[in-house]
Amino acid sequence: MRAGGGIGGRRLLPGFGLSLGITLLYVSVIIVLPVAALLFKSASLGWDDIWRIVSSRRSLAAYGVTLGSAFIATIFNGLLGLLLAWVLVRYRFAGRRLLDALVDLPFALPTAVAGLTLVTLFSSVGWYGQVLEPLGITVNYTQAGIIIAMMFTSIPFVVRTVQPVLEDLDVDVEEAARALGATSWQVFSRVAWPAILPAFITGCVLSFARSIGEFGAVVFIAGNLPGLTEIVSLLIYIRLDEYNYPAAATLASSLLLFAFLTLLATNLLQSWQLRYVKRS
Amino acid sequence: MSNAAERRSRHHRRSGAERLLIGLALALAAAILVVPLLLIFAFALREGIGAYLDQILQPDTVHAIWLTVLAALVVVPINIGFGVAAAWLVSRFRFPGRQLLLTLIDIPFSVSPIVAGVAYLFLYGAQGLFGPLLEAAGIRLMFTVAAIFLVSLFVTAPFVARELIPLMQQQGTDDEEAALSLGASGWKMFWHVTLPNIRWALIYGAILCNARVMGEFGAVSVVSGAIRGKTNTLPLQISLLFNDFNVAGAFAAASTLAFIAVLTLIAKAALEAHGWRKAGAR
Repeated sequence: MRAGGGIGGRRLLPGFGLSLGITLLYVSVIIVLPVAALLFKSASLGWDDIWRIVSSRRSLAAYGVTLGSAFIATIFNGLLGLLLAWVLVRYRFAGRRLLDALVDLPFALPTAVAGLTLVTLFSSVGWYGQVLEPLGITVNYTQAGIIIAMMFTSIPFVVRTVQPVLEDLDVDVEEAARALGATSWQVFSRVAWPAILPAFITGCVLSFARSIGEFGAVVFIAGNLPGLTEIVSLLIYIRLDEYNYPAAATLASSLLLFAFLTLLATNLLQSWQLRYVKRS
Repeated sequence: MSNAAERRSRHHRRSGAERLLIGLALALAAAILVVPLLLIFAFALREGIGAYLDQILQPDTVHAIWLTVLAALVVVPINIGFGVAAAWLVSRFRFPGRQLLLTLIDIPFSVSPIVAGVAYLFLYGAQGLFGPLLEAAGIRLMFTVAAIFLVSLFVTAPFVARELIPLMQQQGTDDEEAALSLGASGWKMFWHVTLPNIRWALIYGAILCNARVMGEFGAVSVVSGAIRGKTNTLPLQISLLFNDFNVAGAFAAASTLAFIAVLTLIAKAALEAHGWRKAGAR
């Protein structure tokens, strides 16, 4: 690829110094500096303190609730995302464009609005709650509420990662398989599925990461009871309110570390995807 | 892609599986996406339009609307400027550390908003790295409107850059080099060649950035102090009204943000229909 001058070569296009200056200054001040300040704060604690904070019963319970709920929400979103992506790409039907646009609603709708809406929907007199309550299902102020809030806010990820790959997939290969006598299921599992797998996993990782970090929607619908329905983000918030800064910094750093792992995982998955595209 | 699907749907009558999958997708989308959206407006308008307007015009809610709009007016232009500069740098030049820079720009996308708020607290707050310095200078950032702007800048920093970078990489530099060789100055080239080429992507990124600024909750709730009538943005106001058991007020406030979300979706769909995004994906 031709770029405006290679390393060491003469730069053909103007603005290198200016754009470099603006970008470095902005990234340093707005992104890197606060993140560094947070890591610095928790690094100033000893390992013993960090371990004590992270392994306290309340922290462990919060990690368990957060990871477990995010996991279940991600499984559901993986299935729903696959279904929506498949239907949007492969079929033509009335309302398809509308459905395509609606998929992004959870990204466009503020999380506080989502939380308010979900808690109202599932209250004992709510549109869904009054149906579920007689069946003995309580969503509000239980872990089910956390799962539903996490699920709602991360619906688009799998759809939007799988959709473009599915669009680029050559349908002729599938038709050939079908002509050779493969059933629809065989066509999907042997031809389409391997091709969309990297994108599917990427979408699931993004969805999981978003669920781990989700705060706005969850606090409305979770009971926020320590040990039972308290997520890590909320525990950080509570520790701040108690002026327990070391605990807040350490818990926040653990989420930050998790975010870095997610970034690494999605980058690796992306190169896997690229390899697949090159091979086929 | 669509050709093949259209070809197939013309040649085959819908199979049972196809009908089942479409039906399932539409039913789930209705239950999970449409019903919640309708509920917001139904609850906001439940007691009539007069009561709705009364709720919206509560001074604290009006102030929250104003502060939310102000945050968008401050943050979106700055992040457009950053996005253009970063995209120009990354798509037009090769330099050591380029990949690292791209990763750093992505950080706000993967970090929990609560973590973003806490990070700013430990930078500018009384307990923070610069806390003593700021205190000595008599400057207070945390729990002010400035803090809301700062965390919003962080949370939405990648939006415009992330839309522009793939597009500008794909467009290449031929047009710009042609303009320069014809004697255009750098700025002239930027205004007359680069900007028209990227304008739809720029608007797209700005719309997403705007939606996120107006809706940000976690990060803002950590650094704003949520002082009524002072540092309460709309999402915080919604939470406050809900905790006061003022459901009608909460839904009235929420309806304004839901309305903006619907506008965002419409603008997004219109821009995608415009076609530039498909080109970017290919």
